Amino acid sequence: MTRVLIPADAGARAVGAGSLARAVAAEAAARGSPLDLVRNGSRGLYWLEPLLEVATPAGRVGYGPVTAADVPGLFAAGFLEGGPHAKALGPVEQIPFLARQNRITFARSGVIDPLSLADYRAHGGLKGLERTLSLGPAATIEEVVRSGLRGRGGAGFPTGIKWRTVAEAAGPRKYVVCNADEGDSGTYSDRMLMEGDPFALIEGMLIAALAVGAGRGYVYVRSEYPQAVATLERALTLARADGLLGERSSALPRAFDIELRIGAGAYVCGEETSMLESIEGRRGEVRAKPPLPAHRGLFGCPTVINNLVSLATIPPILASGGEAYAALGFGRSRGTMPIQLAGNVRFGGLYEAPFGVSLGALVEEIGGGTASGRPVRAVQVGGPLGAYFPPALFDTPFDYEAFAERNGLIGHGGVVVFDDTVDMARQARFAMEFCAIESCGKCTPCRIGSRRGVEVVDRIIAGIEPAKNLGLLRELCETMRHGSLCALGGFTPYPVESALDHFGEDFARPRRAAA
Amino acid sequence: MTDDPRGWAARVRVIVAGQESKPDRLLPVLRAMQQEFGHVPREAVAEIATALNLSRAEVHGTLSFYQDLSEEPRGRHVLRLCRAEACQAMGAAGLAEAALARHGLAWGETAADGSLTVEPAYCLGLCSCSPSALFDEEPVGRLDAATLDRLFAGAAAS
Ligand SMILES: Cc1cc2nc3c(=O)[nH]c(=O)nc-3n(C[C@H](O)[C@H](O)[C@H](O)COP(=O)(O)O)c2cc1C
Ligand code: SF4
Ligand code: FES
Repeated sequence: MTRVLIPADAGARAVGAGSLARAVAAEAAARGSPLDLVRNGSRGLYWLEPLLEVATPAGRVGYGPVTAADVPGLFAAGFLEGGPHAKALGPVEQIPFLARQNRITFARSGVIDPLSLADYRAHGGLKGLERTLSLGPAATIEEVVRSGLRGRGGAGFPTGIKWRTVAEAAGPRKYVVCNADEGDSGTYSDRMLMEGDPFALIEGMLIAALAVGAGRGYVYVRSEYPQAVATLERALTLARADGLLGERSSALPRAFDIELRIGAGAYVCGEETSMLESIEGRRGEVRAKPPLPAHRGLFGCPTVINNLVSLATIPPILASGGEAYAALGFGRSRGTMPIQLAGNVRFGGLYEAPFGVSLGALVEEIGGGTASGRPVRAVQVGGPLGAYFPPALFDTPFDYEAFAERNGLIGHGGVVVFDDTVDMARQARFAMEFCAIESCGKCTPCRIGSRRGVEVVDRIIAGIEPAKNLGLLRELCETMRHGSLCALGGFTPYPVESALDHFGEDFARPRRAAA
Repeated sequence: MTDDPRGWAARVRVIVAGQESKPDRLLPVLRAMQQEFGHVPREAVAEIATALNLSRAEVHGTLSFYQDLSEEPRGRHVLRLCRAEACQAMGAAGLAEAALARHGLAWGETAADGSLTVEPAYCLGLCSCSPSALFDEEPVGRLDAATLDRLFAGAAAS
C-alpha cells in the first residue's frame, strides 16, 4: 500500500490539513484504492501547507499547498505514483528551502510517523540513549559539554555545565523539567517537535535523567498547544508500554517517568523559576536567584530545567559525538539553530542551519522577502523581548554574541518580518503593553513602569510634548532595565529602544490616539 | 451547605477524585474545573482548598493569576485571537478590531446568547500562517474577515 502523509501539525491543520486528510481517505475508499494514510509532523515549509507527500519507490514527492477541493484532481492525476499536477512539487527533499538546511534536531520532523517507535528507531532514534548507557553519566555530561550546546530557550547558558552542576548537587531527589512554554511570538519550534517527533524529547529527557540521576521529569506545555499536548500524551503512553519510561524500565539503570503539566495562559511561566512555582501549584511569580534551580529547584531539589529544543538536540549529540556538533556554528554559538521565519514573509517556516547565517540572507534570500511584496522595513528577532532590526543591520550573523553587540538577542530563534506599512511607535507601545499584561507583579519597574510606558508612547503618538515624553520613555527603559528581577521587565527596553534608535521618524509624526 | 445552592462542592469532589491530595495538583484541578464548567466559581474555592490541603487564599491566589482561569462563566465556545507580533505583521489588529465591532463585542466579552467569548492570545505558535486564532481547540490560520464571521456564526449555531 502506498504511504501518503498529511501533517497533523497544528500549523498545517490551521490551513486545512484535517479536511484534506478526510477527503483523501474518503476518495480512496470510494475508488477502492487502498492507501496507508499517515499523519506526520510538518516539514516546516508553511507556505506549502497543507503539504501532502507520497512515498514513491523513487522517494518522497510532494503536492502543496493542497486542499480538500484538490483531492479528486490528485487522484485523477495519479498522485499515488507521483503523477504530474499543478500543485506537484517534485522530490520534497530537493525543495531549495529544505535542501539548504542542515537538520539535526529536526531531522525526523515531517519524515516519520510521530507516534511510531518503529519509525523512530528506523530513523536513528534511541542511538543517543544507547551511547549514554555505554558511556555512563559522567562521560555523557562531558559529551554534552564538548558539543558546546547552549540553551535554546533564550539565555544561551551551556547545557553541559548546567547538567554537571545538578549531577554534583546533593539532594534527596532530582528532577528534569522541560520548558515547553514557548511564549515568544514568532516561534513554534517546540510545538513542531512535540507534534512531529515527540520521542526525541522523551529520549533527550531520559538521557538527562540518567546523566544527573533524576527519577522524575515534567514537561510544562502551554495551554495554547492542545494538539502538541495530545500527541505528547500518546507518545508518553507508548514509551511506557515500550519500557522506556515508568516502572518497567528494566533495560535502564534507573526508573524514570515523565508527567505532563499544562500552563494556563501566563507568558512569565516560561521563566524557569516562575515555571517551578507554577508546577508546585502557585502563582507564577519569579523567584530571586540564588539559589539556582540546579541547586534548589522543583520542590527544593536539584533540577535540570531546559528548553525543549535543547533537550531534543541531546540524542543526536550523543549519537554522533559532541565534537561533530561543535564542528558546526559560528564563534561561541556551536551547532545548529532552528530558526523560525514568521510574520510578513513569503517563505515562512522552520529553517535549521548552523549559526552564522546573516539576518539579511534569512529574510531576503531564504524567506524571499515579504509576503505582501512590499519592502521589508523591520525585523523583530527573539520574541517580544527582542530588538527590531532595520535592513541596515542585515549583515548581523545569527549568533548570540553578535546580536547582543547590536543591542538585540536571538532568543528562541523567532524572526518576525514587517513590511513598510508598520508603525514602529505602535510596536513600541505594544512591547510596553505586553509587559504590563504579562508582568508577574513582583517588581515595581516592570509592573508600573510598563503601564507608564504605554501612556508615554500614547502621548508621543498624539504629538503631546514629544521631546519631553521621548526623554521620559528613555528614562523608563533605563529604570526597567536595571530594576527588574527577570528579563520580562529587564528586556522590554530592547524592542522599545530599538524602535526609537532605528525608526525615530515614526515617533515624530503626530497621529490620532492609538486604537 | 447553605451557601452552595448549585452544588459546587459535589462537582469539585468529582474532579478531585482520583487526584492525590497534594498542593501541586492545584493547577491541574483548576484547569479541569475551567474546562468542564467554563469557570471556577467562588463557591468552589473552599472545597478545592480542603481537598488539596491548601488555604482558600492560596487557591484564590493561583486562580486569579492565570489568564485561562476565570471566576465568571465564559461562553460555550472560546475564540482566542492572536494579538502578537507575527500576526500584527499580517494585519491581525485591524482584523480583530473590525470583527469585534461587527459583532458588538469587546475583548474578553461574551456574546449575549452565551455562545462565544473572545479572548486575546499572545502567540498560538501558528506564526507562519498568521493571522491566526484558536477556536476552542481548533487552530485557524491565514484568517480573514469572512473566516472570522464563519467562526462567530458557527459558535452561535452550536
Ligand atoms: C519572561 C521569560 C519568559 C521565558 N520563556 C521561555 C519559554 O517560553 N521557553 C523557554 O525555553 N525558556 C523561556 N525563558 C528562559 C528560561 O528562564 C530558561 O532560561 C530556560 O528554560 C533554560 O533552558 P535552556 O538553557 O535550555 O534554554 C523565559 C525567560 C523569561 C525571563
Ligand atoms: S521583571 Fe516583571 S515579570 Fe520579572 S520578576 Fe519582575 S515583575 Fe515579575
Ligand atoms: S504571533 Fe500570532 S501565532 Fe505566533
